[in-house]
Amino acid sequence: MRFSGMENLGGMGFSEEQNDLLDMATRFCREKSPMDKVRALLEDELGHVPAVWQEMGEMGWLAIAIAQEYGGVGLSLAEVVPVVEQMGRTLLATPFVSTTLAAQAIIKGGTEQQKADILPRVAAGEAATVALMEECGDWELAKMQASATRSAGKLKFSGTKLLVCDAAAAERIIVSVSLDGKPALVIVEKDDLPKDALRREVVIDETKRSYALTLDGISVPSDRLLDPAKSVVALAHLQLAANLLIAAEMCGGAKSVVDYTVEYLNTRKQFGKLIGSYQAVKHPTVAAYVEYEKSRSHLYSAAHCFNDPGCSDQGRLEVATRMAAVQTERALSYAADRSIQFHGGFGFTYECDAQIFRRRAIFNAALFGDENYQKQKLAEMLLGVMGDMGSE
Amino acid sequence: MSVWTQAELDEFAAGADVWFRGNTPKPPGFLLPLTFMEVGTDQQFEFLREWQRKVYEAGYLGAAWPREYGGGGLPEEFQRAATEAMRKYDGPILLNAIGLNWTGPLIINIGTPAQKQKYLQGILNAEDIWCQGFSEPEHGSDLGNAQLRAVRDGKAYILNGSKTWTTLGKYAKYMILLARTDLDAPNKYAGLSFILTPMNVTGVETHNIRKLTGEYGFTQTFFTDARVPVDGLVGEEGQGWKVAMQTLEYERRARPGQAGGYVMKEIDAFEVLKLARKAERDGKLVLDDPVIRDRLVDYMMEAQSLKLNGLRGRIPALNLDHPKGLALMTKLQFSEFAREVSQFALSLQGSRSAYYVGDPNAIDNGFWTRAYLNAFSATIGGGTSEIQHNIIGEHVLGLPKTR
Repeated sequence: MRFSGMENLGGMGFSEEQNDLLDMATRFCREKSPMDKVRALLEDELGHVPAVWQEMGEMGWLAIAIAQEYGGVGLSLAEVVPVVEQMGRTLLATPFVSTTLAAQAIIKGGTEQQKADILPRVAAGEAATVALMEECGDWELAKMQASATRSAGKLKFSGTKLLVCDAAAAERIIVSVSLDGKPALVIVEKDDLPKDALRREVVIDETKRSYALTLDGISVPSDRLLDPAKSVVALAHLQLAANLLIAAEMCGGAKSVVDYTVEYLNTRKQFGKLIGSYQAVKHPTVAAYVEYEKSRSHLYSAAHCFNDPGCSDQGRLEVATRMAAVQTERALSYAADRSIQFHGGFGFTYECDAQIFRRRAIFNAALFGDENYQKQKLAEMLLGVMGDMGSE
Repeated sequence: MSVWTQAELDEFAAGADVWFRGNTPKPPGFLLPLTFMEVGTDQQFEFLREWQRKVYEAGYLGAAWPREYGGGGLPEEFQRAATEAMRKYDGPILLNAIGLNWTGPLIINIGTPAQKQKYLQGILNAEDIWCQGFSEPEHGSDLGNAQLRAVRDGKAYILNGSKTWTTLGKYAKYMILLARTDLDAPNKYAGLSFILTPMNVTGVETHNIRKLTGEYGFTQTFFTDARVPVDGLVGEEGQGWKVAMQTLEYERRARPGQAGGYVMKEIDAFEVLKLARKAERDGKLVLDDPVIRDRLVDYMMEAQSLKLNGLRGRIPALNLDHPKGLALMTKLQFSEFAREVSQFALSLQGSRSAYYVGDPNAIDNGFWTRAYLNAFSATIGGGTSEIQHNIIGEHVLGLPKTR
């Protein structure tokens, strides 16, 4: 693939459905997740309010990107983006992203039977998640140590998966393992898990719930294996889908923390003046806002690529998604970093909300690839692979 | 035409494509300006004036301006299609920027019928070149403090003082002038008026200013008892600040209504990539240098975000929080980007970055060095980047004023 000019890169579009969902999600998230609720949930073991999660299921938000034949609405991830953006803006905690990714794994990699069994359950609001990360910390999803072996019609696992978000709430987990020396995805049901299989991890983002999953000793019927012929494609898709949704969360968060800073700059006085009138504070705040606006453009361009029927152009989709991931991380990290600084002594306290957003950026960047990783991938796509430059 | 079909638009766009393919001139054998702020020789001026006239007469400039004043009377989408065709064939810039992009839209919006009749067509066909008299030698960023004096005398104002950084001042027939008409106004803003001023009257003198690139392109303009007609007033006497602010919004593209086309060449991040593909260091291609790769990706992202911001700006539902945010940040973003990318391009040229325009060993005849130096025209002109930060902070985010 060769990107020879700007016209090859992603464009922009905004569907009526995206518009409606943005509108609905903005109101819903604002109502359900004011900051005192977010704070209260930080110490909650489950980490989200089951009634809110149930309501999201009833509104059909989990069904958005699932085909109608499987009980879904028949739209795409493009329409999921505004929902996640607003969840990120209000730090609304739910297993929404995890469940959406699990559904995407089934959609892209599942057998017909698995789709028919599982997708309607997800569409109706059953939580699920994906277990893709391991101890080595590499974001390359097709590389894994955890494995499965076949024995007497069953798949027997060994190894450990890390950073399995929302696992305790999930009815099922889509786990990546190596099988016959190749990557494979397998469905593990809640009932398959021994009592101590999940260990809650201490993660930097206290609004999130994440678990280590010990696979040793677990075995499942072999019909839980997703279509082996599709596993590589499904993993590649999951990497992009995850980055898209995480970018959406960060974009919303960036807006929120800019607003939070601006509010303080408009109330706090020093030397007899509102501190927002000082350019040393004002200009970086504007810079953070500009980064946010750029991130939103990249985000909705990437979303549009997922919606585009011509999204057969995987290269364009991948470039747009990784750019969105880079730019949203940049915007949220910078905006939150400056927010801590501009709140002065208060900014250094646990009470100041800026830390929550800064932690969110660190956590989200760690999940499916940080800025530097994405940029390295972008360089390969846009500039060519290193050492291979001579071949025009 | 208020109702139109996609088929009509497609047909218009196809016509524009054919026209620009056939009529975009070849490089003339002398250096062409990259922006309207760099028109330094009569040769460049005549060439660009002729080009603008041709584009206008073909119907691809001012296509969305009112028909009765020389425009095409078409919806904005049509002009946009024509501009895209112009860009596709990389046509030269349009010359009469201050007329096309800010004076024209301003007159259409709040000018008198007589002003519309008198000025609009001449803006489009490049017959009447316009310049802007805002900055003064002692008052740049602090524009509200402008001191050029206008004293009413019957049906004329008598002007005394000086304006500076007057782009196209040497060629302009008219100036949009911010002048002080009242010394006793309650505050500095209330004493200002906005006057469409003829340049070819006794007492107006322009002196060329040489730019950091070595070229010419702007002037200092001196007014000594110059008499200009009162009917050039836009808005009421004393409302000049408000009118000037509206003018700056047109200039910064925070308001729509521009005649179309482009008045500056955009820096294409892929052009830098072409340069990088050829460059070597330590016997290796610089494209194998991870640091260079990282920077190139940044620039492509930035170029892409500029493009996407423009597209998203036309989707109101994605701009609910700050309807003017994207528009007000455009100038800041593209001007800083152009400066940074062209500066970076120098680092790709190795020892040959020492050369400048005219030397046979200068890469792309010194294009990048000249582009870098010229890039400051946009990071300073039209309100410096620092002022842009204040504007965005105050007008978009609602931060308190810096005083």
